[in-house]
Amino acid sequence: MAVPRYWREIPQRYNLVGTKCGSCGKIYFPPKVVCPTCRRKSLGHMEDCALAGRGTVESYTIIYAPPPHFEGEEPYTMALIKMDEGCYLMGQVVDLEPQEIHIGLRVEACFRRIYEDGTRGAIQYGYKFKKMEEAETP
Amino acid sequence: MATVGIAGYGAYVPKYRIKADEVARVWGKKGEAVSAGLMVYEKSVPAIDEDTATISVEAARRAVRSSGINPVDIGAVYVGSESHPYAVKPTATIVAEAIRATPDMTAADYEFACKAGTAAIQTCMALVKSGMITYGLAVGADVSQAAPGDALEYAASAGGAAFILGGDHLIAEINHTVSFTTDTPDFWRREGEPYPGHGERFTGEPAYFRHVVSATKKMLEAMDTRPGDYDYVVFHQPNGKFPLRAAKKLGFTKEQVQEGLLCPVIGNTYSGSTPLGLSAVLDVAQPGDRILATSYGSGAGSDSFDLTVTEGIADYPRNHLRRMLENKVYLDYALYMKHRGALK
Ligand SMILES: [Zn+2]
Repeated sequence: MAVPRYWREIPQRYNLVGTKCGSCGKIYFPPKVVCPTCRRKSLGHMEDCALAGRGTVESYTIIYAPPPHFEGEEPYTMALIKMDEGCYLMGQVVDLEPQEIHIGLRVEACFRRIYEDGTRGAIQYGYKFKKMEEAETP
Repeated sequence: MATVGIAGYGAYVPKYRIKADEVARVWGKKGEAVSAGLMVYEKSVPAIDEDTATISVEAARRAVRSSGINPVDIGAVYVGSESHPYAVKPTATIVAEAIRATPDMTAADYEFACKAGTAAIQTCMALVKSGMITYGLAVGADVSQAAPGDALEYAASAGGAAFILGGDHLIAEINHTVSFTTDTPDFWRREGEPYPGHGERFTGEPAYFRHVVSATKKMLEAMDTRPGDYDYVVFHQPNGKFPLRAAKKLGFTKEQVQEGLLCPVIGNTYSGSTPLGLSAVLDVAQPGDRILATSYGSGAGSDSFDLTVTEGIADYPRNHLRRMLENKVYLDYALYMKHRGALK
């Protein structure tokens, strides 16, 4: 990814900053300018809202043939995660053996290296997920 | 003088380990003899996608979360490491952004071998005392590298801890800090070189012991205290033996050192070493406990700190670093090399 785009998306990539509709309260990630449900009513009422970073695995796939720049990391796990705020997002699940992943697994966001543009380019950081460490307190 | 101390702390050590036995096997050495000689049994290894920035962020986020401090009140972020991911481009800005402390703040990276993290703590203390900032974040973290087959390979590991320094909401007051610094070339790494060089036996007496012992003695004199006045003592841990020998030279007991001695189970986390030791002590300390911590950085210098734990610790959601260390996965030497290859 080009550096300017990476830089623009730092709030999302580092801190899962999405948007909350001021009209219906629904939370979107990635951020939206307009709420698809409330449409015009939501204009000017979409507020930044950071996700807490916790969610549940809804589906997953194990990557054995990675795209360029991710070689050497295989096998790794990509999962569709339903965040506690209700939105869905796709993310890599790390520090986990492929056989440990399952639907319903509780995960939390962590901060990792995502992509490195060779040895001379910029290093891009962002969220991945790992198995929730501690027992959840309600 | 205004009060200054620790308002929050957080620790992070990667999940992966390699046993000293496994490293010894590859190099035809006797694992048991090596482990007994260094008192290092296993060491932490970063995941393929972990580096000093990611470890610093994880530690800093834990510190912010458990302290309950609003990150916008953090006016300074300093990250001490000898393995910053970039030669030019600060790690501290990555950390500051990831805890949402930007943009009304100052930041910089520090480098002083293994004591860069405690130098960051001293800077934050001064900024708090002078009234320039309300809170400051100081991080010591490393993903240290050793040449394959080098004696350092048994210990060079990864981890870090972060401290929020401030004047209120304290869990430990820092009563005083002193330093002892000379120009001593015991360990170095030249620009562009992947692995450090070191002065072999020269690293002991004139380097580690002279600086750690001198800084600690200076502290005891300044505070008019004796070793027995402290509940816990933390020294920099290049291996498991040096801190115990330093303790003996100074008149501290093994029991005072034990709680903060992590090197036998995680190795030498370089800039993370003294900060992690201190955080392990804060995990168990009670109000009124007195702690002495002295770092060491090759090159060379030591920073010493005298702390008193406050009542604030009682309600503080602690890290339980030692429990976190139980959640681990062992690598063999081949996988360990794969993990390291991605770091460079
Ligand atoms: Zn809406």
